[in-house]
Order: sequence, then C-alpha cells, then structure tokens
Amino acid sequence: MKTSVFLAGLAVAGLAAAAASASTLSDVQKRGVLNCGVNTGLVGFGAPDANGHWTGFDVAMCRAVAAAVLGDSSKIKFVPTSGETRFTALQSGEIDMLARNSTWTFKRENDLKLTFVGVNYYDGQGFMVKKSLGVSSAKELGGATICVQTGTTTELNLADYFKQHNMQYTPISIKNDAEGKQQFLAGACDAYTTDASGLAALRATFEKPADYVILPEIISKEPLGPVVRQGDEQWASIVRWTLYALIEAEELGVTSKNLEELSKGTKNPELNRLLGSEDNLGGMIGLDKLWAKRAIAAGGNYGEIFEANIGTSTPIGLARGLNAQWNKGGLMYAIPFH
Amino acid sequence: MSDVTQAFHRSQMIPAREPPRSQRGAWKWMHENLFSSIGNGVITVVTIAIVLYIVTLSLPWFLHSVWNAKSLTECRTIIHATWGENAGGACWAVIHQNWNLYVFGFYPIAQYWRPTLAFVLLLVALMPILFSHMPRKMIWFSAVYPALAYWLIWGGTFWIAVTIMLGFVAGWLALRVATRLANAPLGVAAAVLAAVLWWLFAAGPVASGLQHLVPIRLPFVASDKLGGFLLAFIVGMCAIGFSLPMGILLSLGRRSDMPLIKTTSVVFIEFIRGVPLITLLFTASFLLAYFLPPGTTFDLVLRVIIMVTLFSAAYIAEVIRGGLAAIPRGQFEAADALGLTYWQAQRLIIMPQALKISIPGIVSTFIGLFKDTTLVIIVGLLDPLMGITNAVRASTLWNGIYWEPYIFSGVIFFIFCFGMSRYSMYLEGKLKTDHR
Repeated sequence: MKTSVFLAGLAVAGLAAAAASASTLSDVQKRGVLNCGVNTGLVGFGAPDANGHWTGFDVAMCRAVAAAVLGDSSKIKFVPTSGETRFTALQSGEIDMLARNSTWTFKRENDLKLTFVGVNYYDGQGFMVKKSLGVSSAKELGGATICVQTGTTTELNLADYFKQHNMQYTPISIKNDAEGKQQFLAGACDAYTTDASGLAALRATFEKPADYVILPEIISKEPLGPVVRQGDEQWASIVRWTLYALIEAEELGVTSKNLEELSKGTKNPELNRLLGSEDNLGGMIGLDKLWAKRAIAAGGNYGEIFEANIGTSTPIGLARGLNAQWNKGGLMYAIPFH
Repeated sequence: MSDVTQAFHRSQMIPAREPPRSQRGAWKWMHENLFSSIGNGVITVVTIAIVLYIVTLSLPWFLHSVWNAKSLTECRTIIHATWGENAGGACWAVIHQNWNLYVFGFYPIAQYWRPTLAFVLLLVALMPILFSHMPRKMIWFSAVYPALAYWLIWGGTFWIAVTIMLGFVAGWLALRVATRLANAPLGVAAAVLAAVLWWLFAAGPVASGLQHLVPIRLPFVASDKLGGFLLAFIVGMCAIGFSLPMGILLSLGRRSDMPLIKTTSVVFIEFIRGVPLITLLFTASFLLAYFLPPGTTFDLVLRVIIMVTLFSAAYIAEVIRGGLAAIPRGQFEAADALGLTYWQAQRLIIMPQALKISIPGIVSTFIGLFKDTTLVIIVGLLDPLMGITNAVRASTLWNGIYWEPYIFSGVIFFIFCFGMSRYSMYLEGKLKTDHR
C-alpha cells in the first residue's frame, strides 16, 4: 500500500469515493497512527531531536493518548504546526488532536469551534527586564518599549494591562522566542513579555542570566491544554480523560515504577478503577479496560512528565507552582474516576 | 643685437619623467574612482567608516569560532577560556553537530546513501541538459531520472517507478496511433487519456505483479522524514523541472486564437500570480482536506510540489510571453511561408529565439523559486532555514543560538543561487548569435 503513495494520491484526486468517516476514534484505529499537532520547536514542550524523535511536555500528552487508543506510544505522526496554522490544521482534519501550548480562551472555544479538553499547564504572562534598568515592578514600565510575539494572546494581554493601568508603551513585534531574545539582548526593547515559563526557559539560555530579572507581576491567566475538534464528544472524552488519568495517577501515587504492581489490584477502589482491575471505565469511551494503564506507562504520571521535561532537574528548571496537585497548593485537580 | 642667435636649442631629449603623483598608480585610481568630486569623497569616507564599523564588530566574532563542542554552554566555556571572560564568538559546532539534520532532515541514517546517490545522479542527468557538448544519448538517462529519483528517495518497489515511466510510453504510443488514424488534436487527447488511464488502473497492478516476479525494493521512507536541504532540493528541483514545460504551454496558450485555451490560460496565470505563495501552500495543506473525502491521505510533500510548480509556471509563462513578444513578426510569417505547421514553427523557429531572450527572466524566476522553498515551514514541513533551525534551537543543548544557523543556510543558498546565475550568463554568452 505504502509503495504507491503517489499513485494513490493521483487516483484519489480523480475518483474519490472513500467511505465517510464515522468517528475520530475509528479513523485513528483504522489508520493505526495518531496525527498529533505539536509545536515546530519549543524548548521542553515539544521538539524533535537529531534523529527525529519527538520529546517534550506536550509531546508526552500525544504519546499518552496514542498509548491509550492504539496501545503503542510510538504509533504517532507528529505534525509540526505554527502559531497561525495550528487551529486550521485541527479543523481541517489534518490532525486528530493538538498539544501545542495553546491557551484556552472563550473565543477560541466558541468562535473557532474547538474543544479544550482540560489544562495540562497553568501559565501566566510576565515581564523580563535588564537588571540595570532598575525596575522592580511591571507598574513602573510606563513609556517602555516592549517586545511581544505576534499572533498570540500575549499581545492582547499586554494591551489590556497597560490600558488598565493608564500607561503608554511601544510594542515591538517579533516572530518567535529566538528573535525576541536577540532583540531584547541587543537593547531594542526595555522589556520582553511572554508566558512566565517561556521567560524562565529563555533566561536560562542567556550568557549572563543574573543580569536580567523577571518581574513579579503575572498579568494574565494562560491555561494551556490539548485541543480537539467540536462535534466528536467521544474523542474529546478520550483525550480529556487520558489527561485526567495522568493527573489522577500522580495524586494516587501511581508511577511508571510501581504501575505493574498496582495494576494487579489494590485496596483502593478508585485506583483499581483507574488501572482497570475493577469496573470497565475504558469501555464507556470506546476503549478497553487497560487504556489508562497504557497511558501512564507511556511516560509516567503527570508529575513524572513534568519533571522529565520542564522540571527543576532540567535546564529549563520550572517549579511546579500552580501546576502542583490541588492538595499541594496547586491547581491540578483530576475529576474523580467513578 | 645678436641675441637671437643665442636662442636656446635643446640638443637632446630630456628623459621622460614620471607623471605627477596625482596622475599615476593608486593615487590616480583613487582620485578617479573614489574622490572625483566632493560628493563622491564624502560617500567614500562614509562607506569606509561603515564597512570598518561592521568589520570591527563582527570580525572578532568570526575569529573566535568554535567548531567542536557538544552544546552551546560548552561553546561559551571554550570561548571564555580561550579569548577571555567578555569575548563573544561564533559557535559553528551547532552546524557540525546537527549536520545530518540540516542536510537530510529525519531521513533514516542507514539510508543516507539513497538521497546522496539521487543527488549525484541528478548532476549526471543535468549534464546533457545544461551543456551541449555532452553525448546526446545521455538525454535518455535524464528522461528516466525523475522516476529513478522518486524510487531512490521514497523507496518501495522499483517497479512503480517503471510503470510510471511506462505511462509516458503509453501516451506516446497513443499519440502516434491516433495521429495517424485521425488528426493531431485528437492524438494529443488520446495520449493524455491513455497515460491517465494507465496510471489510474494499470500501473498499480502491473507494478505489484512485476514485484512478485522480480522483487526489487527499498525500505519505504515517509514524506514527513524529509527535511532540511534534501526537502528544499526535492521541492525546488521538481518545481523547476515541471514548471518550465508548463510555463511554455501556458505562454503559447495565452497567445492562442482559440478562445477556450486562451481564456483558461489567462485565468490560470492571473489567478496564480495574484495570490501569494503562502496562500497556495496553506490551501494545499489545509483546504484540500475539506474537499477530499475524509480519511484520504494525499502526500503533503506532493501537494506542496504541485502548488509550487503551478506558482512558478504562471511566472515562467509571463516571462516567456515577454520573449515571444520580442520576436519580429517576420519570423512567424517566414515560418508560415515555409509551410511549417504550428508546432514545427514553434519548435524550430519561435521557441529557440523566445527562450534565448527569456533566459535571464527564467533563471531569476527559478532562483526566486528555490529560495521560496523555505516557505514550506508554514505548512509544517521542516525547511533548512526556519524549520530545522527551530528544531535545533528547541533542544536544551542549543537553545539560545541565533546567527550561526542563519548564516550557514544563507551561505548554502547563495552558493546554489549564484551558481544558477553564473550558468545563465554562460548560456547567454554561448547562444549569442547577433552582432550587437
């Protein structure tokens, strides 16, 4: 089959008569590959290595879904998407799900007809300035020139914040972090603004990180999460509950190390339902009993994924903060598996 | 007075003296070229100042180059250790370490010989096209090269490449038979029909049948493994190769007397030229998925190649139309007077002249096209300039690198574009037959 991709393409263009798709789940299972939209390259969140193997915090989400649905976290095709094309790619069916640090907003969900299935990272927009500027609060940035990425929610947040505080500013539009860094270091702008996670990651790449400070104000809420198309509730459920399974696993203390042992059955009914030794939750979303177990086995629980990709042990060095479990002062709160 | 007789007479020639300093050597050259007027003098001084400024800024950076390191941090450590705490330097190690990524994208390492061989064969196939003193028989190799390259790069069974080529043979046979039985337009129609029918219905089964008999196959490599300069080359070369003939046909179509053909050509050219390439790529990538039945996979690289080809064909058509317009009316009339048919006249008299006139325009369209291949990042293909660089930067090892990948890509693109430009000048010189 694969040998005649070109001919198949020609043939298809000519006499298209394929059966209409029933659901995303059956499409993916028939295809045997999950098409997952990811960033073209964002440190810690999603990037290919020199051998084309994708890793990252968002990528791990794709892998968990592939493991739950197809039983193999490598049966996945990563489709790199830019800020402009990501939602179109999802709407057109080019990808089955999008895990590309996308902010959940009212308009994106209702105007673009997308479903954000949950939040896998709570971010917020911050500012970074040169220490020599002598600024210690974002409220002192009146009249500053500020580097901001185009086509993102950051632009809007920035305008809102300065309007709210009756301050003037001059925006300098940049295309990506690398360019922003260059402009900022060259002194083209007084402050650089993007998500706080991005600022921390960026500062870590500077030659003299100590010369720069990240201001304490977080001016926006940026709940980032995986996205699917509206209109296929079953598929949305699968992605949503895969995410919750990873979060729940951390709360219940299921890690990739003790997963095998715990899945044989424990005294905790909640844990048993999650791992499939009791009840049949997977059957209700069109999967088998062991879906969540496979999802967790793909890259560990939420906490493990966090630590491995963006946590304090990595060069990016993000603290859990808002992304800690709800009972540890964060906002990660899995819906119960009943 | 007899003073007159004492008038001075020189009895011997004085030796030639050197011209004054302002009229010789470097001074003269500078006076004529750099300081011929106050305005020029000012421009010279300012320009020299700017050049010096740029050189003093960038030279230390180039001199402090590091070629071997495992990460940006290591690069910086080496630079600081060698040239002092505040020194900055270029970290070319990023190219060195990611060389394979830049050249082949994510192509499987064990299969690198395939694109390399395809590239070498490309040079061989180009020889008889580019240089007239090569053996003429080599043109047959050039003709089968596209199918061969397709097989080498994507893999799969060898016979699919053969059956694709057989489609052209089927078309040619149909052309011969139908032209003999009926007339030329019908022959063209029959040729197209025969080729399309062959590709749609016969090529697949015949290929798998032959594969059963004589299995020759290479491991299949999916399109999403292509990237870097390999991708830029595939897209660029395919588009260049296909858009020239297509552009010639379109330019003839636009000058045709037949209303249907003329209208189609005009609408096509004006539509494609009026739309940015990014829009076309975007259409190819996402809008097609709305129109095609769900679940159909239509290779993305193929879609991109088609769109880039159409885009470039519209420009080529207009460039060649310019060449056609420059040919004196007498040439057309002479062809008619000789009793040549339309196609004979085009082939023997009109096109050789029109193409010769259009060479600079055609080549600059090709150069533009080759550079435009970097736009494929917009549809998520990893082009060498932005795509691969983004991916490299996103690894924690190289995060923070900026100029080096751009300079590297720029140099490679410059080499190829400059090569094309020099070739076009060579060709112009060779084909120069007038005595202007």
